[in-house]
Amino acid sequence: MEFLDLNTIWFILIGVLFAGYAILDGFDLGVGALHLFVKDDMDRRIMINSIGPVWDGNEVWLVTGGGALFAAFPNVYAGVFSGLYNALMLLLAVLIFRAVAIEFRSKKESTRWRRSWDTAFSVSSIFIALLMGVALGNVIQGLPVDPAGDIKISLISLLNPYALLVGITTVALFAMHGSIYAYMKTEGALQQQLKGMINPLIIAFVILYVLTTMTTIMYLPHMTDNLKEYPAFFIIALLNALAIANIPREIHRNKPFMAFFSSSASIFALIALFAVGIFPNIIISTLDPASSMTIYTAASSQKTLSIMFTMALIGVPFVIAYTVGIYWVFRGKVKIDSMSY
Amino acid sequence: MDAEILARIQFAFTAGFHFLFPPLSIGLGIILIIMETIYIKTDNIKYKNMTKFWVKVFALTFALGVATGIVLEFEFGTNWAKYSRYVGDVFGSALAAEGIFAFFLESGFLAILVFGWDKVSKRVHYLATILVALGAHLSAVWILVANSWQQTPVGHHIVNGRAEIVDFWQLVFNPSTIDRLTHTIFASWITGAFLVLSIAAYYLIKKRHIDFSILSIKIGLSVAIVASLLQLVTGHSSAQTVAEYQPAKLAAMEAQYETGVGDLYLVGWVDQESQEVYGIKIPGMLSYLIYGDTKTHVMGLNDIPEDERPTKVNIVFQAYHLMVGIGMTLIAISLLGGFFWWRGELAEKRWYLYILLGAVLLPQFANQLGWMTAEIGRQPWIVYGLLKTSDGLSTSVDPGQILFSLIMFIVIYALLFVLFIFLLDRKIKHGPEGVDYSDHLYAKSGSLFADHKIEEAK
Repeated sequence: MEFLDLNTIWFILIGVLFAGYAILDGFDLGVGALHLFVKDDMDRRIMINSIGPVWDGNEVWLVTGGGALFAAFPNVYAGVFSGLYNALMLLLAVLIFRAVAIEFRSKKESTRWRRSWDTAFSVSSIFIALLMGVALGNVIQGLPVDPAGDIKISLISLLNPYALLVGITTVALFAMHGSIYAYMKTEGALQQQLKGMINPLIIAFVILYVLTTMTTIMYLPHMTDNLKEYPAFFIIALLNALAIANIPREIHRNKPFMAFFSSSASIFALIALFAVGIFPNIIISTLDPASSMTIYTAASSQKTLSIMFTMALIGVPFVIAYTVGIYWVFRGKVKIDSMSY
Repeated sequence: MDAEILARIQFAFTAGFHFLFPPLSIGLGIILIIMETIYIKTDNIKYKNMTKFWVKVFALTFALGVATGIVLEFEFGTNWAKYSRYVGDVFGSALAAEGIFAFFLESGFLAILVFGWDKVSKRVHYLATILVALGAHLSAVWILVANSWQQTPVGHHIVNGRAEIVDFWQLVFNPSTIDRLTHTIFASWITGAFLVLSIAAYYLIKKRHIDFSILSIKIGLSVAIVASLLQLVTGHSSAQTVAEYQPAKLAAMEAQYETGVGDLYLVGWVDQESQEVYGIKIPGMLSYLIYGDTKTHVMGLNDIPEDERPTKVNIVFQAYHLMVGIGMTLIAISLLGGFFWWRGELAEKRWYLYILLGAVLLPQFANQLGWMTAEIGRQPWIVYGLLKTSDGLSTSVDPGQILFSLIMFIVIYALLFVLFIFLLDRKIKHGPEGVDYSDHLYAKSGSLFADHKIEEAK
């Protein structure tokens, strides 16, 4: 299959890594976003400890995704990271704040101490999700890439209406995803409270999602070219709709894991749709289409891509196997013990 | 200030701060394996409590390592875009290997190591401990492969103005990888061991957790003695590699301006203007250490083109000599501890316990100084002989942006450091779980006793 050359394979693999990050850290961020809506101190501890053993590992998907981007498409990594300097520094700051808030929140009994860290945890979680969505929104629109592969853009121009819409949609998506995860990990009154949040969050997300899709089709038609040419990809959109519709059904049937699975599938489908829309570009240049960074112009050599692919073939099955194993070990409801946060 | 110096300060600061933590994780990883191995073999609960305590300390250092590590990964792209384009193809494989074989292993099994005590069997937990430690070591392997390639690049060719891989294994086993990797790993073991020694010494000084502390000191000392002595071998070998492949760095380390017989300074001060070195030296010793002969000439800085040699000679000289001095001190402290252990006097030499308490800082200083020697000594190159540091910068970033982010990192890291100390202090105050009945014996008899008496008491 000439279609599946090494460059395309790495485009897909990096997509899978970022999808893995969005699904896994997505629920961490979602739990964070909803944290302040849970009032009782013990309930808040349960919320944090529902992500306690896994959030660190989930963030590693971002590290590996960034590393893979550096390795496979160094020009994209260099151009985007230096071009979006201020935004990335802000992202690093909030990522650190979230980590610190999780570590410190329960270390003192003081109400003021805990309330401050709770706010830090929640606000930084929302901010991370928002920034990631804004970044995605800008990538969809394209960036001013010059012929040397450099990008010059101010932070204010990055915060344009479309990017902000994608950002808010991302927050809603992760909040929905997080509410389902937390519902799965809790019991009693807290679980009932979370259950009440799920449907409104689904509705909020769906409205924002439809709005984003309509705006994209109207103002950014390049994102639909591939779909028009290969209508088979519409099946992703269909599966996405089915996955979202399946969430309330599984909640009603009291199958929280299946609801969580559906929510994860919908995140995966969303990223797949984005990837299909942008392919074979990675960053579209708004200055001159010839300067766009594609999976061919921005890539490492075939030799590097092939060595890395061999490594992925050996390593990834193990990673998936033990990640599933570790989640299996921590299945079931959250219990607070001496090692908890 | 211009973008180059600001970007260098920011990278040096964020890398230096990050480098406080991974050596602790790597070193504690080895110590956790030893402790849990004893627990598995003896089934004695006190070794479980001991492992559990040090796991908590490990988790803290690990969390800070991850939080500060992401920053570095981003900074290659944000501040050093041209460098990233130049090395991406070569670093690609090393970074991919680090991600796939190290990061996931470490962070995944960490969950079981910290939170899984009651959720998995003893053997599975033991396996998780080994895998986390293995992940920490593998992480060091790949990052040092990448960094060693920057020092002694081979296995690549230059295509369209960037380095592309030719031979993966040649790149992995470039001339300096093994020396620099072993030197860094043993440095990490020493760093972890001295943290254990310091905390345990603190308990003995406070006369708390006596049994726990003496056993911890014995394990810490075992690692410290072995690793600090092995550093003599890896350090010597590293210097020889530097002499062969990076003569400008070696010349800066000993401030050898003129080509000729190499003298070894014990201490000294370099006047960069007059190119004079004031200090105590052993004539011909540098030539002897490198070539096995006191007469062989060592290349001097003045025979290297001015734009291809480091200018901060005194900094490299001082960093290198201080590192060696600290290394020797650590050997002395470790061997002295071994002697007191053999005499059964570990708990009684209070002055020695105070030394251990403070010695926790020494390996940290040595790590930073070694890193400074390696990186400042490589200047003006970012990739030795291939790419200048000044040619690696991002072109689309203003000095003002870097200054702002630098201030931001200083503020955030100051906060992180305070919180690290606060949390570490809490964990130390809380201490290990379980009853340390030697404390009751102490309360009864009112004296600290030789540790063999504790053995008898059981």
